[in-house]
Amino acid sequence: MTESRSGYIREINGPILRIHLPGGRNGEQVRIGSLDIVGEIIALEGGDAIVQAYESTDGLRPGEAVHGLGHPLTVELGPGLLQGIFDGVQRPLQEIASIAGDNIPRGLRIHSLDRERAWAFVPADGLEPGKHIAAGARLGTVQETETIEHRILVPPTISGELIDLAPAGDYTLDSTIARVRDAQGSVHKMTLYHRWPVRQARPYGRRDHGVEPLITGQRILDTFFPLLKGGKGAVPGPFGAGKTMVQQQVARWSNADIVIYVGCGERGNELVDVLESFPQLQDPHTGRGMMERTLLIANTSNMPVVAREASIYVGMTIAEYFRDQGYDVVMLADSTSRWAEALREVAGRLGHMPVEEGYPAYLGSRLAAVYERAGRVQTLEGERGSVTLIGAVSPPGGDFSEPVTSHTKEIIQTFWALSKELADARHYPSVDWVDSFSQDVGIAAGWWAKEISGAWNGRRAQALSLLARDAELSRIVNLVGPEALSSAQRWELEGAALVKEAVLQQSALDEADTYCSPHKQFQLLELVMQVFDQGKELIALGAPVQELAEHPILARVRRAKSTWRSDEGEQLAAFASEVYKAFSALRSEYASGQEALS
Amino acid sequence: MSEVEYRRAKAAQGGLLIVEGVEGIAFGDRVRIRDHRGRKRNGQVIRAAEQETLIQVFEGTDDIDMDNTWVRFLDQPLTLTVSPGLLGRVFNGIGDPRDGRPPIVDGEARGISGSAINPAARNYPREFIQTGISTIDGLNSLVRGQKLPIFSASGLPHNRLAAQIVRQARLPGEATNFAIVFAAMGVSYSDARFFRESFSDSGVLGNVVMFINHADDPPVERLALPRVALTAAEYLAFDLDRHVLVVMTDMTHYAEALREVATAKGDVPARKGYPGYLYSDLAEIYERSGRIRDRHGSVTMVPVVSMPSDDITHPIPDLTGYITEGQIVLSRELNNQGVYPPVDIAPSLSRLMKDGIGKDDTRDDHPRVANQLYALYAKAQEARNLASIIGAEELSARDQRYLEFARDFDQRFVGQGEDENRSIIETLNLAWELLSRFPRDALTRVSETDLAHYHRAGETPA
Repeated sequence: MTESRSGYIREINGPILRIHLPGGRNGEQVRIGSLDIVGEIIALEGGDAIVQAYESTDGLRPGEAVHGLGHPLTVELGPGLLQGIFDGVQRPLQEIASIAGDNIPRGLRIHSLDRERAWAFVPADGLEPGKHIAAGARLGTVQETETIEHRILVPPTISGELIDLAPAGDYTLDSTIARVRDAQGSVHKMTLYHRWPVRQARPYGRRDHGVEPLITGQRILDTFFPLLKGGKGAVPGPFGAGKTMVQQQVARWSNADIVIYVGCGERGNELVDVLESFPQLQDPHTGRGMMERTLLIANTSNMPVVAREASIYVGMTIAEYFRDQGYDVVMLADSTSRWAEALREVAGRLGHMPVEEGYPAYLGSRLAAVYERAGRVQTLEGERGSVTLIGAVSPPGGDFSEPVTSHTKEIIQTFWALSKELADARHYPSVDWVDSFSQDVGIAAGWWAKEISGAWNGRRAQALSLLARDAELSRIVNLVGPEALSSAQRWELEGAALVKEAVLQQSALDEADTYCSPHKQFQLLELVMQVFDQGKELIALGAPVQELAEHPILARVRRAKSTWRSDEGEQLAAFASEVYKAFSALRSEYASGQEALS
Repeated sequence: MSEVEYRRAKAAQGGLLIVEGVEGIAFGDRVRIRDHRGRKRNGQVIRAAEQETLIQVFEGTDDIDMDNTWVRFLDQPLTLTVSPGLLGRVFNGIGDPRDGRPPIVDGEARGISGSAINPAARNYPREFIQTGISTIDGLNSLVRGQKLPIFSASGLPHNRLAAQIVRQARLPGEATNFAIVFAAMGVSYSDARFFRESFSDSGVLGNVVMFINHADDPPVERLALPRVALTAAEYLAFDLDRHVLVVMTDMTHYAEALREVATAKGDVPARKGYPGYLYSDLAEIYERSGRIRDRHGSVTMVPVVSMPSDDITHPIPDLTGYITEGQIVLSRELNNQGVYPPVDIAPSLSRLMKDGIGKDDTRDDHPRVANQLYALYAKAQEARNLASIIGAEELSARDQRYLEFARDFDQRFVGQGEDENRSIIETLNLAWELLSRFPRDALTRVSETDLAHYHRAGETPA
């Protein structure tokens, strides 16, 4: 325990303070003034320290006392994290609302995790006093929610001989459940939780390759631009393009064990939406309430900007902690642009030389360092766990060449580019199939071939090339009009329109369509591509494009996605054979017509 | 409150005053300044150091000299005195009366910067507000507690639209009216008069609090004005249980004032000279709208943002769009065609619409009808583009139908009278009248049930 040291305020400039604090260390937490607000030392200059405050500095005066706390920003890791909503420095917002009312007061001293609540702890099998216990090993478990078993780990910095281990029973967070004597002979008491500094990545055994896609239940994402478990993805888009909706859909439906949603500089009402709607939703993979596996970090746009910078690290550290327990974790950061702007704001107040658009030169390296904490690993205990990081990016004016988007693009593997044009036409999700990319289609194809169908990769490629043809042909139409196209080309336009309507567009508000299982995704894709292929044959036989395009069964194909839910695969299959029959009937009609002619 | 006056001004420029050698001054505190002619000015501490204090002066720093300027630190933050007597009054940007009546004294003084609403204490906004305007109610519905700005540009009728919303806004089936907080920053005298007359004509003046800073008033005052106005709005909503509609015009003038002071302070500029904290600063204002659990009132915000040079990617509308829950975008093209209100539906959006409409709130078919109109309008725009290249005569029958639809949509659905107050049912019926021009198979965004109920093929002449 480092002793606390005191100093005083010299200057207040918004959230940035200059303080005199002998022995202050970069990254150290401080308590400031009579308001007792919290801050962090971000630079040392001459004899002074520069502090960024996590709370508003209104009312502070030069000369007021400052105390150095001797440790960096840490989070509490233990049972009680799930289903909670925390602010950017892990203060529990529901708890704060119950003791302090509607607004967030300053200078509150409150534990992140509930100290009163007792948890039923079950010690791990085969652990006996005297045995050696490694860093990151499992001491036991706590059933935190009905779906999630919280694995209590030895902190990654401690290993040694187990002196004793508590028997099964109810324990609060502060009670000692085990003692370990390390190689130096010092005895460490273990509780159900431990602390970890947020800016330091948690250690793991080794890094592994991603092996399977994250299933989000969204067709354009899973089928066209897959993201692996342990991968890094970005969702850039101008305002109104539906970034938040895409992020929320992933949070709702993806087949991760744990979902961490970091609302970083975004709207308060969006977090309320998650808080109110998630408990009523059912996880399609486990059938349990969606909130049981979710936790929220909220630094809304009106909360202090400095805590915004911290919120991403807080979220990431909690994500790594669950990864270390052997879980697949998805962390959504909405939005990384606000995080970058917080960096810029602080850099500006410190007088750092701006490079692009006012951002400091270290923007790229900081972004990369955050994204690199994602990945699939072998944990210290030898299990597999992963953190998938999906960052929303809010480029000013929707310009993807701006610094945050372009730096992000260099780091990530999957890029879901949202388009204003598509959103304006209410084509949702407005993921643009031209600008988006995924570097992991090959690995995903292996999974789809094994789990769903070997035809997946071919159909996916065929649909994408049809969309590319569509763009090309549309340009011709816009120059010289549709009359210039051949029948086959006009059918390609119709086919592309069908892919867009029946496959790519997906309504988050439609009960049957909001989640689409991989099986249904492939059924729809296969159906549409079959229609296109068979139509092409018919056109070659002389069928008029107009007649095919206005065939009543196509309206039903377009509605198929919302007619049958994911668990109604048989009905969808039956409908598909009805469609094929209708086309065969047409084909025999035209084929006989041709024979009659020849 | 300190009675000591200091004559220690060291520098004055661009609305900022530097005072040296006064110790222990709190950041954010209010300052009273007396100049060489004895006139009083108000200020706020925006940087506090051991030996030097930086003050932003709301009345500006014109005609100040160093030797005869006396500064008094009031040892309290900027406040507004709130009481039910606010309604019907007119104030300036820092809450001093400008209607010739005495200041409010019998109330509680509240700090104007507010503190962030705890997201865990918020209620999700979901009560539909009927504005009587089809493009808003039908396609971009407003709900209680939402912040939905009007993106406009010079010469477009944003003020008339805002005034119409104020006159007509109500919850279907409820008798109580909104209390209105009107915040005007840098507006012309004629615009201010227009609003006052509009409030008075519709007989709501007793339900309105106005905060006015004219175009020729000091710009620095605009920095305090929205915060003062929202302190009043929060009081009306969360203390007096009123539903409050806040109209703020024009947020672009606010942001320009912010840039002016930031430049004078020497802040590092981000885009177009605006400081890097413009986003956080705007968010502090906009995020004060909302609903709070266990409180009856609500704060709904309709700010007007004018887009410099009609550019929606300009930092002010751009950052606003990232904070607010949608936007209503006005179009010069429609305005030139004589369509009022000239709402361009394509870029317009209401993010909170989904939970405020449908079976229990408006009508079951509402979400799908809105979706269908949007999809058809997007196709119609493609047909329009094509027609401008190859001529309307060359279009296919299908594209011709889109063209006709777009024309009628603009004229009959978008266009309506300034006094025309359409109920949501009238709006939806009008939508079906337009949709019924298309065969059922072409309407894939509505359900079979909707078609059976509302589609009237053959009844309307094609």
